[in-house]
Amino acid sequence: MNYSKRHWSLVLGVLAVLLLVSGCKKKEKPQPPPPPPKPVTATLSANPTSIQAGQSATLTWNTEGATDVALDGNKVDPSGSQTVSPTETTTYHLTAKGAGGTQEATAQVSVAPKPTPTPAPTPAPTPTITDDQLFAQNITDVFFDYDKADLRPDGQQMLARAAQMIKQKGWHVQIEGHADERGSTEYNLALGERRADAARQALIQGGVGADAIKTISYGKEKPQCTESNEECWQKNRRAHFTLLH
Amino acid sequence: MHRQRKSTFAPALALVLITLAWAAPRAAAQGTVKLEINMGQERPRLAVPDFKTSSGDPQTAPLNSVFNQTLWYDLDNAGIFEMVAKSFYPAQQPGQPPELQGKVWGDPPPNAGVVAFGNLGVNSGKVDVQGWLYDVKNPGSPQILGKQYKEDATPDNARMIAHRFADEIISRLGGGIQGIAESQIYFVSTRSGSKEIWRMDYDGANQKQVTRLGSLALSPRISPDGSRLAYSGLTRESWQIMMYSTELGRTVAFPRNGGDNFSPAWSSDGTKIAFSSSMHSGLSEIFIADASGANPRRLSTGRGDVSPVFNPKTNGQIAWVSGRTGLPQIYVMDADGSNVQKMTDQGYAVSPAWSPNGLLLAFSWVRNYGPGVLGGQDIYLMDIASRQIVQLTHDGGRNDFPSWSPDGRHIVFQSNRSGTEQIWSVLADGTKLQQLTREGRNTQPNWSFK
Repeated sequence: MNYSKRHWSLVLGVLAVLLLVSGCKKKEKPQPPPPPPKPVTATLSANPTSIQAGQSATLTWNTEGATDVALDGNKVDPSGSQTVSPTETTTYHLTAKGAGGTQEATAQVSVAPKPTPTPAPTPAPTPTITDDQLFAQNITDVFFDYDKADLRPDGQQMLARAAQMIKQKGWHVQIEGHADERGSTEYNLALGERRADAARQALIQGGVGADAIKTISYGKEKPQCTESNEECWQKNRRAHFTLLH
Repeated sequence: MHRQRKSTFAPALALVLITLAWAAPRAAAQGTVKLEINMGQERPRLAVPDFKTSSGDPQTAPLNSVFNQTLWYDLDNAGIFEMVAKSFYPAQQPGQPPELQGKVWGDPPPNAGVVAFGNLGVNSGKVDVQGWLYDVKNPGSPQILGKQYKEDATPDNARMIAHRFADEIISRLGGGIQGIAESQIYFVSTRSGSKEIWRMDYDGANQKQVTRLGSLALSPRISPDGSRLAYSGLTRESWQIMMYSTELGRTVAFPRNGGDNFSPAWSSDGTKIAFSSSMHSGLSEIFIADASGANPRRLSTGRGDVSPVFNPKTNGQIAWVSGRTGLPQIYVMDADGSNVQKMTDQGYAVSPAWSPNGLLLAFSWVRNYGPGVLGGQDIYLMDIASRQIVQLTHDGGRNDFPSWSPDGRHIVFQSNRSGTEQIWSVLADGTKLQQLTREGRNTQPNWSFK
């Protein structure tokens, strides 16, 4: 057995050598050794460097000796320009990579807030999460007792947190009031109205502008759960929030 | 049943308004009070032999069958006759007055007081009906009514002729009560996939889709003259009162208000609309506006006010539902918002409907509401002056949205007693219960004014 294994590795070794030799044969002339790599250079500038929200600035960059150039992670030409309209002060990063190394350059565009009230600067959300996702994760349904429109303590807490975020993000929201299947169609529309209004008042109390909130009652017309039991009814006695665009 | 009868039906039947016969003043609480529709001393025994076919056209037999069924239903459902069972009828079927043997019909076993009979034929695409009403106890001058009808030969027309003849008989023998056989019922149905407004004849025939909103249409209310249908429609942003023209066959422009607007109601003179709106405070309140929708004025300042309805006799009062003290209760106020009175004081009371004579409120009530326990939801009638209450439905399920027939003697309502929500009608004394719809889920019936 040992003999056989050794025999096969010998055969494979010979074949590998033959392949290398035949590969080498294809080259007409031996290449001269490559010149030493050029040093990589990179510059990035913004014009103007300071704008008002809503205006735009032009980023211009030049690189030398780079094979791989990226502006904030997006691959770009070695030299070029691009128009940007940041909504808040932003530092742009140019990364140039080549055989001679990696060079970075940065340029900042300062954004002055608009005269209209804009949200206080907040930690920018990670680029993978949209406002809709952020909204859905944080502004959750609040639930009510049977035929009641009074907020429960957990609902009050959620709405206090929600008010902060809505205020910071400058969001406009719609509050939907819902009821369970019991009771009368028309009265349940009025009940849903009261539930939406209770949530609205809590947001206003938390500092959200009344203009940023719309309400609608769906009564018992749009249940999220359609079985006839208390568990399901509870799911339907709610105020639900949507982000308006 | 061998008593001799006088042949004067009309005076004996000069009745019509529902009167409440109370067993005892405080008996309402014990549920022993009975509501009676006072039909006079006795109800006439009416025989209605099938109409005779008078032509050989192949359409004759099927149209005659539709006609006979419709006529019987209308007369039976009117609740003012004792219908003589067909098994007692003599073998000879009268198609013309000379063929009617009055004595045979007036003596036992039929022992009829009045006989409605006639013939139906189809000639050259027209259906031709002759109908008579004879007082067989008055051989000297037996004819009460003789009518002739001619229309294009269709089942719908055969039904319509039967309705008209039935209304003539009911009006003549009922001391002038308005026939309702040509009235309509509007309602909400899911059968197209979403809630839309539908209509049907009062007996459930001829069901047709009216609106095609595509979102949600609720709370149909037909105008007194039948030309316009107000309803609540869901737009992208809110509920709005919408207006459908039955003459143009489409929804027409109607002013929109802020907030949610729903549950419209017509004054019986057609000049005003009341509705519920959150335009003022974010909470539902009762508003009144011109029939054009212009000049909305706020009448109530409650929290959760809906389902207004005018007193159709005077248009000077509005009944509605408010949750201002907790569970919803029925209230009445003057049409300028003054003089608010709370009419119910327990349970869950919704969906008031004011009787045409202005004396009664029908409403839906979970009377024995308790924590964690829901009793039945039934239709009740309240005598407004005495505030005495009688229970109209007893047969289980959730019963809601009563609406009065034009003659004030029938009530249509929604019930899930059959397993799904369907439209039912009942005589105001609790008899003649009829299921009118079967397909899809059907709710919020509204009976036309005429």
